[in-house]
Amino acid sequence: MTILEITGLNKSFGGLQAVQDVGFGVEEHRIKAVIGPNGAGKTTLFNLISGTLPLDSGSVVFRGEEIQGMEPYRIAGRGLARTYQNIKLFPGMTALENVMVGRHTRSRAGFVAGMLNLPGTRGEEKRIREKSLEFLELLEIGHLADIEAGSLAFGQQRAVEFARALAAEPAMLLLDEPAAGLNMNETAEVGRLISKIRDLGITVLLVEHDMSLVMDISDEIVVLSFGQKIAEDLPAAIQQNREVIRIYLGDENA
Amino acid sequence: MKQFLPLAGLAVLLVCVQLLTQWTGTTYYLTQLTMSAYYSVVIIGLCLLMGYAGQISLGHAGFFAIGGYMSAMLTTRNLITFQDQDWMVLLDKIGFLAARQDLYGEAILSFQPWAAAIIAVGLAGVIAFIIGIPVLKLKGHYLAMATLGFGIIVFRVFLASEIFGEADGISEVPGFTLLPGVTVTGSFGARVSNYYIAWTLVVVAMVMLINLINSRVGRALRAIHGAEEAANATGIDTAGYKLKTFVLSAVMAAVAGVFLTHYNGGIGPSEAGVMKSVRYVALVAVGGMANIWGALSMGVILNFLSLRGFFGSYDDAVFGAILIVIMLFAPEGLLRLNLVAKFKKMFSGGSRK
Amino acid sequence: MTSELFLQYIFAGLTYGIIYAIVAIGFNIIYNTTGIINFAQGEFVMLGGMIAISLNPLMPLPLAIVLAVLITMVVGALIEIVFIRWLDKPSVLRLIIITIGISILIREAALHIWGEGVRSLPYFIGNEVSSVSIFGTRISPQVLWVMGVCTIMVILLSLFFRYTLMGQKMQACAANRTAATLCGINTRNMVTLSFMLSAGIGALAGCVMSPITYTEYGGGTGLAIKGFTVAIMGGLGNSMGAVAAGLLLGLLEAFSVSVVPLAFQDAISIAILLIILFVRPQGLFGRSETAGLREF
Repeated sequence: MTILEITGLNKSFGGLQAVQDVGFGVEEHRIKAVIGPNGAGKTTLFNLISGTLPLDSGSVVFRGEEIQGMEPYRIAGRGLARTYQNIKLFPGMTALENVMVGRHTRSRAGFVAGMLNLPGTRGEEKRIREKSLEFLELLEIGHLADIEAGSLAFGQQRAVEFARALAAEPAMLLLDEPAAGLNMNETAEVGRLISKIRDLGITVLLVEHDMSLVMDISDEIVVLSFGQKIAEDLPAAIQQNREVIRIYLGDENA
Repeated sequence: MKQFLPLAGLAVLLVCVQLLTQWTGTTYYLTQLTMSAYYSVVIIGLCLLMGYAGQISLGHAGFFAIGGYMSAMLTTRNLITFQDQDWMVLLDKIGFLAARQDLYGEAILSFQPWAAAIIAVGLAGVIAFIIGIPVLKLKGHYLAMATLGFGIIVFRVFLASEIFGEADGISEVPGFTLLPGVTVTGSFGARVSNYYIAWTLVVVAMVMLINLINSRVGRALRAIHGAEEAANATGIDTAGYKLKTFVLSAVMAAVAGVFLTHYNGGIGPSEAGVMKSVRYVALVAVGGMANIWGALSMGVILNFLSLRGFFGSYDDAVFGAILIVIMLFAPEGLLRLNLVAKFKKMFSGGSRK
Repeated sequence: MTSELFLQYIFAGLTYGIIYAIVAIGFNIIYNTTGIINFAQGEFVMLGGMIAISLNPLMPLPLAIVLAVLITMVVGALIEIVFIRWLDKPSVLRLIIITIGISILIREAALHIWGEGVRSLPYFIGNEVSSVSIFGTRISPQVLWVMGVCTIMVILLSLFFRYTLMGQKMQACAANRTAATLCGINTRNMVTLSFMLSAGIGALAGCVMSPITYTEYGGGTGLAIKGFTVAIMGGLGNSMGAVAAGLLLGLLEAFSVSVVPLAFQDAISIAILLIILFVRPQGLFGRSETAGLREF
C-alpha cells in the first residue's frame, strides 16, 4: 500500500526552479532513498513534503489525505516525523527533554492542565518520561539522558535527533542525510538503525550522499538532478542506469 | 515536589518580614511590599513570555492598565440614571451590580467589584488575543516596535478619554471584597491582611507558573525558543503556543492591575506609560530572562526601593541604567544561577529513582 | 474646505512629513550598516534642539546650531563606542534593550539639565507672526526653513552615499559586511560614522523645527515612533522610500485633524504602523523578496 504519494511538485526560488514536476510514491514499510548531486533539490523536496516550505504547485497525499499547504505541526501530528541534515536539537535542554518534546503529538496536557498539575497530567508526564527513556535506550544512548544535548558529540546528537523523531511513533520518517559528518563505523551503525526502524513498521524516506549506505539499505531509489526526477528503480537497476552514471561520473564514462 | 521548597521558604520569609515590621513598629513598609507584590505578578507573567516563549513585549503596562482602568471605571461609574432600563435590570438579576452611598450620602449604583474584575480581565485577555494574532507573527525589532506601539495607543486612549478621567485618572475606587472579611483595600486597618492577600496571589501565580514551566507546555515553549522550525516540525503549534502565552501573561498583568487599583483606591495614566512597560522588561532582564525566581526577587527588591523613593528623581534613569548595564555585562541576568533549571534537575533525578 | 485652508494643511503636512523622513533616514543609516534599530533616534532630535537653545544666548544662532549638531554627533559616536562597538555578536533582543536604555538615559539627563518645560529656538527670520504668501496662502518663513534645510539634507546625503569614497564604503558595509572587511574597509569605524551621521541629521532637524514645534525633554519618543513608522512604510533601509512615506504620513496627519481629535493623533500613526507591519512588512514600495524580516 502506498503511504505517501507526491505528484507534480514544483518549487522555484526567484528564477531558480529547485523542484520541477517531481512525483513518486512510497510503499508502506519500505526504505526509499532520494539521491542526486548537490543542488539537485533533495532537501527542498523534504521541506516541501514536511510543510516547512510552501510549494508552488502539486499535491502531497499522506495516508490518503492531502497535506500540501498544511502547517508543519499539523503534518507532524498526522504521523510524519523528520530529522535535519544540520541537526536541529533544542539548545539548553537535556537529551531526555529533547526526546520528551518528541512525544508532544502523543500527549495532550495544555496550559490549564499544566498550571494546575492535576493527577492525570502527572500520570501523563510520567508516561512521557518513561517512553522517552525507552527511545533513548533503543538508540543505546540512555546513559546520556541528563546531559545537555548541545554538549554531546556530533554522532550522539544525531542519535538524540533520531530518538526525538521516533518518540512521536510516526508512520513515516523523513531522514535528511542521516550519515552526514559520520565516520565509516558510525555510518554502518546508522544503516543498521534505519533497517531496525523499518522493521518496527515505520516507512523511511531518506536523502543521502553515501552511496554504499543507500545501496545497502534501500528498497527503492529515486534520482533527482537539477530539480527533476530522472530515474526511479530498485538499487541494482539504478547502479546500471546509464543516465544516473552520467550525472554522477560525467559524460565520458557513459 | 521539590520545586516548591523555595516557595515554602518564601512563605516563611513573608511571615517573618510581617512579624519583624510589627515588632519594630515599621508596618508602613508593608504598603510598598504589597504594591511590589502586585507588580511582581506582572513581571513573572512577562518572564514566562520573554524568557520561555522568547517573545518581547514593550506593551505590558497596557494590559495592566486595561485591567485597572476597566475595573475602576465599572466600580465607580454611577449608573443610577439607567436603573430602570432592561439591561440594568438584567445585570442586577445576575448579581453584577452593587448599590452603595458615596461620602456625601448620594446613592451610587455601579458594578460589583467581582463582576468588574471578571469583565476587566476578560477584556484584557480578548484584546491580547486579537492583538497577539498579527503581532506575534513579527520578530525582533518589529515585534518590539509593534508592542511598544500598542502600549502607546492604550496610554493615549486612557489619557484622552473623559470616561477614564483623562490626566487625573480614576479615584475613589471602592474596596474589593474577595471573600467575606477579606477585602482588597488601602484602608489603614487592613494593611496586614492586604499584605497577605497580595502575597497569596503571588504564591498562587508562582505555583501555577512553576507547574506550567515543568509541564509538557513549558517544554514546548523552551523548544520554540531554542529552535522554532524544528519545534513546529515536531508537532508543536508554535503560533498557538506563543499566542496562548501572550494571552496568559496579559491576563496576569490585568489581574495585578485590578488588585492594585482596588488597593490604591485609584489609577492614573502613568500606569499605562511606556516607562512602566520598559521597567517590567528591565526587571525580567535583571532577573535573568528565563528565571522566574530571578524575576520575582528583582521585581520585589527594585520596585520596593523605587516605591520607597530610594532613587529620588532618578527613578526612571536608574531603571534605564540597570537595563544597559545588565545587557552589556550580564545578559544572562544578575542571578547567573538558574534556580529553575536546577530544581528541575533535582526533580527529574528524584522521581526516577 | 476652502482652498486656503487646504493649502495650510498641505504645508503643515509637508513640514512634519519631511521631519519624519529625516528621523526615518536616521534609522535607515544605522540599520543599513549594523542591522540595529536605534530606539534612541528620537532623542538625537531633542538633544540637537536643546543644546542649540542653551548655546543661543552665548553666540550667534548659526554658530549655536552648528555646535549643537557637532556635539550631538559626538554623543552619537560615544554611544556607539561605549555601548555597542565591543559587543561580540549581540542578540537582537540585547540590542533593542540597550538602545531603549540609552534613550531613557538621554531623556532623563535632559530632564535634569533642562527641566520639564517646553523651550524653543527663536525664529530664524522674523517672529511667530511674520509670514510669507505662497499660492495665495500665508505661511511662516520657518516652514520654508524646515522644508529647505531638510530637502538639502536629503539631497546631500544621497550625493554622499553615491559619490564620495566614505559613502561608498558605508554602502559596502551595508551590502556585505564580511566582504567589506576583506576589502580593507574598517567596518567598525563605518558603524561609528553611521551613528554620527544619523545623530547629526537628527540634531539639525531638531534645530530647524524647534521654533515651530518646540522642544521638550520627552519629545523624542513620539518622533521615534513616527520616524520608525515612516521607515517601515518606505521599506526599512530605503531612504527615498522614507521621504515619500514621510510626506504621506505628514499629510495624512495634517488632514486627519479635521476628523480625529488631536489627542488621538499619535494613536492614528501608530495604528498605521501596526497595519503596515501586519500587512506589508516590506513597506509600501518594497518587494516582498527584499523584506528583511527573516534576517532576525
